[in-house]
Amino acid sequence: MIVAQQKPLEDIRQMARGFRRLLVLGCGTCTTICFAGGEKEVGLLATSLRSVLGQEIEIEEAVVQRQCEWEFLDQVGEAVGRAEAVLSLGCGVGVQGIGERYPGVVVLPGLNTAFMGLTEAPGIWGERCMACGDCLLHRTGGICPVARCAKSLLNGPCGGVQDGHCEISPENPCAWVLIYDRLMQQGRLEQLEEIIPVRDWKASHSGGPRRIVRPDLREMVEEEV
Amino acid sequence: MTLRAALAQGQFVVTAEASPPKGTNVAGAIAEAEHLRGRVQAFNVTDQQSSVMRLGSLALCYLLKERGLEPIFQVTCRDRNRIALQSDLLSAAALGIENVLCLTGDHVKLGDHPQAKPVFDLDSVSLLRAAAGLVAGQDMAGKKLDGTPDFFLGAVVSPGADPVEPQLLKMEKKAQAGAEFFQTQAIFDPDAFARFMEAARPMGKPVFAGIIMLKSAGMARFMNRNVPGVHVPDRLIEVMETAKDRQEASVGVAVELIRQLRPLCQGIHLMAMGWDHLLPRVLEATGLAAQGVV
Amino acid sequence: MPAGSNLEAVLSAGRFAVTAELGPPKGTNLSVVERKAEILRHCCDAVNLTDNQTAIVRMSSLACAIHLRRLGLDPVMQMTCRDRNRLALQSDVLGAAGAGVRNFLCLSGDHQQFGNHPGAKNVFDLDSIQLIQVLAGMRDTRRFQGGDEFTGDIPMFIGAAANPFADPLPYRVVRLAKKVRAGANFVQTQAVFDLEIFGRWMAQVRARGLHEQVAIMAGIVPLKSVGTARYMRDYVSGIVVPDAIIARMEDAADPKAEGMAIAVELIDAAREIPGVRGVHIMAVGWEEVVPILAERAGLLPRPLI
Repeated sequence: MIVAQQKPLEDIRQMARGFRRLLVLGCGTCTTICFAGGEKEVGLLATSLRSVLGQEIEIEEAVVQRQCEWEFLDQVGEAVGRAEAVLSLGCGVGVQGIGERYPGVVVLPGLNTAFMGLTEAPGIWGERCMACGDCLLHRTGGICPVARCAKSLLNGPCGGVQDGHCEISPENPCAWVLIYDRLMQQGRLEQLEEIIPVRDWKASHSGGPRRIVRPDLREMVEEEV
Repeated sequence: MTLRAALAQGQFVVTAEASPPKGTNVAGAIAEAEHLRGRVQAFNVTDQQSSVMRLGSLALCYLLKERGLEPIFQVTCRDRNRIALQSDLLSAAALGIENVLCLTGDHVKLGDHPQAKPVFDLDSVSLLRAAAGLVAGQDMAGKKLDGTPDFFLGAVVSPGADPVEPQLLKMEKKAQAGAEFFQTQAIFDPDAFARFMEAARPMGKPVFAGIIMLKSAGMARFMNRNVPGVHVPDRLIEVMETAKDRQEASVGVAVELIRQLRPLCQGIHLMAMGWDHLLPRVLEATGLAAQGVV
Repeated sequence: MPAGSNLEAVLSAGRFAVTAELGPPKGTNLSVVERKAEILRHCCDAVNLTDNQTAIVRMSSLACAIHLRRLGLDPVMQMTCRDRNRLALQSDVLGAAGAGVRNFLCLSGDHQQFGNHPGAKNVFDLDSIQLIQVLAGMRDTRRFQGGDEFTGDIPMFIGAAANPFADPLPYRVVRLAKKVRAGANFVQTQAVFDLEIFGRWMAQVRARGLHEQVAIMAGIVPLKSVGTARYMRDYVSGIVVPDAIIARMEDAADPKAEGMAIAVELIDAAREIPGVRGVHIMAVGWEEVVPILAERAGLLPRPLI
């Protein structure tokens, strides 16, 4: 999932100040699951904003199933139409999705989009994928060194391993220690001898903003039209 | 006399380009620069122009400086983060290099290592600010330096861009960040350049108009299609197309442009595109031959 | 084809080599480099120039390496992958090689979080093993990483670092083997204090025959005080300082003298381990101690080859 975290209330207050009608719009998918932008968080934030901004602002609340799909955004057209600004509790994709669907309305980001990851334990999320566009998990025991090593090292750990953890964030295990343990468990340690050659980063964001066009699906759509 | 001193005295300056080789053989690049000794005030040493991997700008600057030729150290943000950039700037100063031209840099996709990770930790404006900070005695972390550089900082601007307003805004930002001089993208339209200078002049920073040696009509058309901010008028394309001797025609075009641009700005920056041997003739014909002579 | 560096000549003549580390100044003051170079001139075979070590901005290893050549010393230009992508790294190698630098040490680099620019974007386009591959490719196949061929030789003596003390211990020799396969000619290790772990690692190195393919130099850090020793034990990952050494430093009337004595003992012990072909002395900010250690360990005069 995409993991996000609410911005400090003071930052949100500064952003929202001066607008008279605000729609706080949650997202029912990723940010609901990571407790940053679901129905409950929308309600709490709206209440807090009413108390810090007082009479000067009229606040509406809504949640759509996904802010990253037009069909769900269309369902809040009227509420958006009433607002001067939409405070999105979706990820960065959601914020931009609202803007693309409703270019006339000001969209404010209520969250900081953090990473793609999973829930490690209740209340703890960890990064797992950086969308590098060229997956090599089959070569690294199913553990991603691009996302989970602070230096994205592809050929083994640096010297900065402290008790199995990364020296730069001791709460994080060293990705290469994890890879080592996993491959040992699977009896596949010989994989570590392989030199992973210099990478082509074009498939990652380094190659510029990415876009996927699926000709098979495009054909279907065009036939329907 | 240095570039900084020449400008301070109100001289009209000429700069040219020195392209590092693809390999360790620096003899050719040095010979080309030697050919222009006394005719050009300073040499821009490019930093892997168009993202094509070449010998480092810092090393060639040092080799030119050692021979008594004045380098302009071009630095881009494409391949280095703020640690490496500041480190290279300190190094340049220690090696006696004074002029630094700060650029953002082309994307790696345009060059011969398209698989590389581009860096862009800083951009041209923040790099200028970082360099100015070093001159003021501290690095970006605010740490005091042991020995401070005394850079003459430059930046680039594209007067032919459409719309030009964002260029002017960015130029202003660059000047505020520490740029002391500006070199421009190739100019072919003196009227448009004059309008640009009207807006740029109040910033009070010397501007060197970029002059590219036109080599053919095909090259002109290619630039019109592919190089943002460059527009070669049809009249010049026709001159090149109908020329019996393209080198003669190219010199003629450059001389005419320089004559028109000279009253508008403080210098010219020559980009020979491999026709370095023609530059002395261009300079003699425009009366700009004696430069950088101590 | 030999690279033609002094370090390479000493090692290929079968002599026990000595290298030392020189930290470039945090500014433009080259006289610092000159002063340190004079201290190191006659007591080591080559001098490592660190590349913005611990992510603190300093003069570049390239500029210092060129300057050291000018002063007649043999530089080892350290290069990390933290701050430069493959264009800049190859470009710097061309520049350095063009100016006569022959030894290149390939490192991943300390994370920027430890330095004075923690907000910097790191690069890590390559890792250290890939950097070795890229340099070896330029040297051996006359090709840049992007695939273009070039003419002319780029003589290089390529170095790598190795850490025998960091987790996971059994993997450390595997990583060394990869560096050797990538094309490393010499290896400088992390600071050795624990001879037992180091001895075990060297046994694994010999079992794989790696000591015959690469010149291994043991890292030596002379301790200045018990504080330094404890700091390294507690805060520097990949360094193991045994209790016995801490105790000796605690009990010493003159900690500096004790630190030197320990360093000399470590050098002596490392020399006795089969397959160790030199020492790399990292006397950070204490360069004066290098000639003393070399003298006491019987490593002077340095061979002239």
